[in-house]
Amino acid sequence: MTTFDFLLQGLGTALDPMILLYALIGVTLGTAVGVLPGIGPALTVALLLPVTYGLDPAGSLIMFAGIYYGGMYGGSTTSILLNTPGESASIVTALEGNKMARAGRGGPALATAAIGSFVAGLLATLALAFLAPHIVKLALVFGPREYFALMVLAFVTVSAAFGESTMKGLTSLFVGLALAIVGIDGLTGQARLSFGVPQLLDGIEVTTLAVAMFAVGEALFVAAQGAGLQDKVHAIKGSVAMTREDWSRSWRPWLRGTAIGFPIGAMPAGGADIASFLSYGTEKRFAKHPEEFGHGAIEGVAGPEAANNAAAAGTLVPLLTLGLPTTATAAIMLAGFQQFGLQPGPLLFATAPQLVWGLIASLLIANIMLLVLNLPLIRLWVKLLTIPRPWLYAGILLFATLGTIGVNPSPVELSMLMIFGVMGYAMRLHGYPIAPVVVGLILGPMAEAQLRRALAISQGDWSTLVSTPLAAGLLAVALAALVIPPILRWRGKGAVLKQIAGDED
Amino acid sequence: MTGFDRATERRPDGAAFIIAAILAALGALLIWQGRAIPDKGGYAGIGSGEAPLFVGLCLWALALTHVWKGLRHGAMGVPRQNPVPILFIIGGLALQLALLHVLGFSIASGLLFACTAAAFGKRNFAISLPAGIGFALAIYGVFDQLLKLNLPAGFLETLIFGG
Repeated sequence: MTTFDFLLQGLGTALDPMILLYALIGVTLGTAVGVLPGIGPALTVALLLPVTYGLDPAGSLIMFAGIYYGGMYGGSTTSILLNTPGESASIVTALEGNKMARAGRGGPALATAAIGSFVAGLLATLALAFLAPHIVKLALVFGPREYFALMVLAFVTVSAAFGESTMKGLTSLFVGLALAIVGIDGLTGQARLSFGVPQLLDGIEVTTLAVAMFAVGEALFVAAQGAGLQDKVHAIKGSVAMTREDWSRSWRPWLRGTAIGFPIGAMPAGGADIASFLSYGTEKRFAKHPEEFGHGAIEGVAGPEAANNAAAAGTLVPLLTLGLPTTATAAIMLAGFQQFGLQPGPLLFATAPQLVWGLIASLLIANIMLLVLNLPLIRLWVKLLTIPRPWLYAGILLFATLGTIGVNPSPVELSMLMIFGVMGYAMRLHGYPIAPVVVGLILGPMAEAQLRRALAISQGDWSTLVSTPLAAGLLAVALAALVIPPILRWRGKGAVLKQIAGDED
Repeated sequence: MTGFDRATERRPDGAAFIIAAILAALGALLIWQGRAIPDKGGYAGIGSGEAPLFVGLCLWALALTHVWKGLRHGAMGVPRQNPVPILFIIGGLALQLALLHVLGFSIASGLLFACTAAAFGKRNFAISLPAGIGFALAIYGVFDQLLKLNLPAGFLETLIFGG
């Protein structure tokens, strides 16, 4: 069967009324959390994981993917109207979008962001559908050493390649790896770092860590800045319709943004925030009116918004085909798969094709839903921004603890929530990235297992790790990504890297 | 997610030494635990103990890097932090933790809700506490009754939703 047949079959699954409902819930929630400052898609999926234990696996996963997509749409709204990015991938959108809103052109800015997200989401999801089977074929030749090399590359790109400081990124990563060791070693059954506490034998829950760092840490951080100033929301003046000129200036950035975002998401090269930043730079270079940049150039909204949606779809390529999460949201989605006893990877395409293709097809439908939610109903979402901060964060913390209590209402689990929350706050305060901790926690045990398998196959010969061109190449790229950024920073070119700091989504 | 300038201007100095000490302590713990594992590694040559050992050594390397950077860079300082809201939130979490099984999900979570609201400036507990308990009860209703999530019940939940 060809990809096309699979996709049609997937559409059959996706059009099931229950699945449509899950997708609708997902995109609605996703848009809401994208709009709300303080919570992103990673946190939302983490919060919902325990709730979906008893639900349908396919539906739940489709809901999670819908949240991811929706978060990318919704984030632009906050960026444009509030100048406070709803999630990290929308930081760039705020540069031009907020200027447009101040100039009374908030409507067209929101429209180009929504339509750009739609175009990019659609194209990138199709690219995902057509690319995935090929990667699956490629992945079949992957042995433990290739997987190990791939994971090392993911570690490096998530922690060290971008951001303010390699040292801080690596510190976050190794804290995550240290936490990952807690519990029973999957290969030998040896208990590690559990200190006789039975609750620790299961290891540290990804959801607990993610919820603590994203929700509790964020709440502490925002509260500690004192005087919770409510930012000014720019009302949408006039219609959201775009003029002919807006269209003609937008369509090329949409396509370019897609072309930039999808590969970046698909390679273990960081998340949507990096894609949106690169797209912004590209648009600035290609623009007919470069002088408008910084004063509300529509290209600067259209490109990055397309890029971050395309990157979100791209992230699903390594996640679905290799089981390799490259962003915090993807890492938590992986935990979601595992919760239902599913291991993403080449095998999943063979054992559960309805699920995989249903998921991909649902994403196409979710995109259409999102366009409807974000264009005609945009004024409804803007209302969310007027929720007073105290109630908003009180609600977020209530939901955050609900997730943990739902999984395991033990004092140990709640204490961990508190401790990691304080840790998340301290890390934010000192500029340490959060995503590497989460990715380290979930990928750490997988990388260790692959390494030990590879070494067991070679009877302890370490040269096996670089004995195939693919594994050696991946490790070489990882090494380059580790070494080159500090040299760039040292030579005074760190400003660019600092700005594309991958944060959390 | 909230601030633009969050990670831009700060660089730990005095803080760098504290962070280095924490990293070194964590690293030492991992090395100690890794070495305590009686494991020969079998065919692979590395066993359960090597990963903690490796991560521990890397944490030590990072701790030393922190010390070195802390010595080289002058004080840049972090923005002034307001300790009262932090104490409110942590207090709320602690209250919830302590009272969860005594008073049930709704009251314990309502307390957390009210404390968090207080941290953000709404100090009137006469409004925020009932609002929080009501909100938590609604959540209990949806998640425990409809979605079959097992949340700890107290007298309030038993009274309203039955045993």
